[in-house]
Amino acid sequence: MPDATGLELIAHELREANEGSILQTEFRHRRAVLEVAPEHVPAVLQQLHDKGYTFLASLHGVDYYPEEPRLGVLYELMDMHEVDRISVKARVSTQAPRIPTATGLFPGANFPEREVYDMFGVVFDGHPDMRRILMPEDFEGFPQRRDFPVGGEPVLFTYNEETGYGKYQ
Amino acid sequence: MEIKRETVDPSDFRVRQLNARDMLRGDLVGEELDKFVEQSVMTTTLEKAVSWSQGNSIYPMTFGLACCAIEMMSIVGMRVDIARFGWEAFRASPRQADLLILSGRVSVKMAPVIRRIYDQMLEPKWAISMGACCSSMGVFNNYALVPSDKFMPIDVHVPGCPPRPEALMHGILRLRDKIQGHPPDGWRERYDAVGTEEVLTPEQQRRSAQDPAINVFPGGDTAGA
Amino acid sequence: MSALDTSTYRQREESITYQAESAGMGETHELLTLNIGPHHPATHGVLRLLTTMEGEVIRDVKPIIGYVHTGIEKTAEQKAYWKVIPVIERMDYLSYYFNAMAFCGAVEDLLEVEVPERAQYLRVIHLELDRIMSHMVWLGTSALDLGAISMFWYCFRERETILDLFEMSSGQRMHTRYFQVGGVIEDIPRGFVAKVKQFCNEMPTRADQYADMLEKNQIVLERLRGTCAMSAEELLKFGVTGPLLRAAGNPWDLRKAAPYSSYDKFDFKIPVGTVGDNYDRYRVRHAEIYESVKIIEQAIDGLPEGPYITPDRKVALPPRHELATSMEALIHHFKLVTEGFRVPPGEAYHAIEGPRGELGCFVRADGSGKPARVHMRDPSFTHLQALAPMVKDAYLADMIATLAMLDPILGGIDR
Repeated sequence: MPDATGLELIAHELREANEGSILQTEFRHRRAVLEVAPEHVPAVLQQLHDKGYTFLASLHGVDYYPEEPRLGVLYELMDMHEVDRISVKARVSTQAPRIPTATGLFPGANFPEREVYDMFGVVFDGHPDMRRILMPEDFEGFPQRRDFPVGGEPVLFTYNEETGYGKYQ
Repeated sequence: MEIKRETVDPSDFRVRQLNARDMLRGDLVGEELDKFVEQSVMTTTLEKAVSWSQGNSIYPMTFGLACCAIEMMSIVGMRVDIARFGWEAFRASPRQADLLILSGRVSVKMAPVIRRIYDQMLEPKWAISMGACCSSMGVFNNYALVPSDKFMPIDVHVPGCPPRPEALMHGILRLRDKIQGHPPDGWRERYDAVGTEEVLTPEQQRRSAQDPAINVFPGGDTAGA
Repeated sequence: MSALDTSTYRQREESITYQAESAGMGETHELLTLNIGPHHPATHGVLRLLTTMEGEVIRDVKPIIGYVHTGIEKTAEQKAYWKVIPVIERMDYLSYYFNAMAFCGAVEDLLEVEVPERAQYLRVIHLELDRIMSHMVWLGTSALDLGAISMFWYCFRERETILDLFEMSSGQRMHTRYFQVGGVIEDIPRGFVAKVKQFCNEMPTRADQYADMLEKNQIVLERLRGTCAMSAEELLKFGVTGPLLRAAGNPWDLRKAAPYSSYDKFDFKIPVGTVGDNYDRYRVRHAEIYESVKIIEQAIDGLPEGPYITPDRKVALPPRHELATSMEALIHHFKLVTEGFRVPPGEAYHAIEGPRGELGCFVRADGSGKPARVHMRDPSFTHLQALAPMVKDAYLADMIATLAMLDPILGGIDR
């Protein structure tokens, strides 16, 4: 991982290249995170790719409920020559959950972006096949958001047999 | 002293014994003879023979879904050898199989597929629900899974996560007993605890009939495909 | 030319053109869509492939997944940290120790706890045993797909031996819940070291026997050699790591590049292929078995004394004998069992080298006793994207062989 000063240098360069792209940087537990405005994500990823972070290890979503903006998408990049990792975070709200896709630069982002759409509802503009991947095609709702109930079968005990099946999480 | 007379069911073993003695003496005639022949030849011998041979040559279907599938593959292995019982011919096509071993978690997307495959199997067919995830919800009680009782009739549930191959073998042998016509006693019979069942009040019965947590289709109710 | 020279065979096949010829009535050739449905006899799980074929040649394949989606990540958010471990183990159901290791590594990063050295060595031993076991199942089922059915029984014989070792150390054959945050749950019993050494003596001979059975067989060679090769650059664009990338020539292995859990103390090599076709993938995985045996031998010989879990009582349960004498131990035990430890807010991504590639776990903690987000980066999920370009313009039988060599585990793909 680039250390804290390395991270600041990278952030400085990226800020100079694109106005208003880097919102903040974070360096904790030996992990470097760049928080990026959603519309600048492809440009930032391209510049990090040119710097050497050519491998997309993971693309996943996080729900930061109740903080706004609520839905975050994280890109874990890795530089295989220096064995360096850096993360890029983009946060969108549920009212406007759109981020430009990274599949042009990393074809391996295809399935992960579909999964983020399926589980969180973030739409990736420009994705060749924006459909649900894990849930059935006609499923309604985005399961991994924090306000989606866990669901499941209610457990029936003697005490709730008469009154109904009780509340389950 | 009063003598009580009661009619006994003709398939009672004492009646059968008397009829057998009479037949050997040549004393059994007419309708009783016909009935005796029917009972001893059809019910006793042929059906039993058929179900004995059925139970010894089941063709299970390869239906590995998740982790339990690996343990199911190891009953095909040599330590717990399913070929000892004649069940080693795993068939991939549902038309050729008669046992569906549901091994693994059944997700919402997979349940209609399983139901369709079960419908495509030909009668007589049985189903074993292997593992905790398909019998109940297992480790994961959430939106994505369906307990297998909800969409198909299951004969034997094997608990475990994943069940040891020996545990699955035990479930399979129980199913074989069931097929061969001598289903094992429930635990209440074995432990002399008959009479400890919980009796629902009429209100509870009505409510559980209205809105059951688990729908169980009666056996044999299959919309053919 | 020797029987192993497959190029003339391929040339003969390729000389048949698939140009649409007019059949006199204005007919043209059509592409056939074949659904290799979620239930199919190749025991790689419930994967659905929509293949578009022209005759026997595949033009496009679309994998459809989600048939064993279990909502593991959502369930993990409802459970305390140590209760997440059994849930997360069931993701990639052949490499359960790796799943637990990735998660424990992420939580240990967040908590900044030190894992004692004995625990690290024990973890390495179990991880490498799991790697061998996963490769055994892969070899058995792949040979089954290719038609070499008896390999299945030989490989599962080894698997039973390894599962006996797991049962010895933790009581369970699969999904053992052996790795905990801070170390392992229990020290190994007496006799474990001897049994592991015995296994390490036998395993290389057994692996040689498997090689003898398969590698001189002309059918296996013709099916695997030269089929569905893909270069390392292409694979890297898709995010593919693990034996697939190593077969294509790139010696990338997280155990050597970014060592975790004392892997830098062991001396082992990384098998690397040259062409990147199915035969190289098979050879790389087969050679990894020998390297794993070497690691286990070194770990078991050099097993240090010490605690098997971190001495930090706020994270790990105190030993039971302390509960009778120390009040603090009792309170710690109570807090840990009822509520579990709390992790300060933060995010961590911990990646390890699983049998299929880079297995990563992302944990977001929000200060409570339950994780706010757990995401497992599964290698098979990303490898499946590379399937379509790999099998384009290959035969259907080649696709079955490629799928076998890809080693997808649907539990990991669907989570």
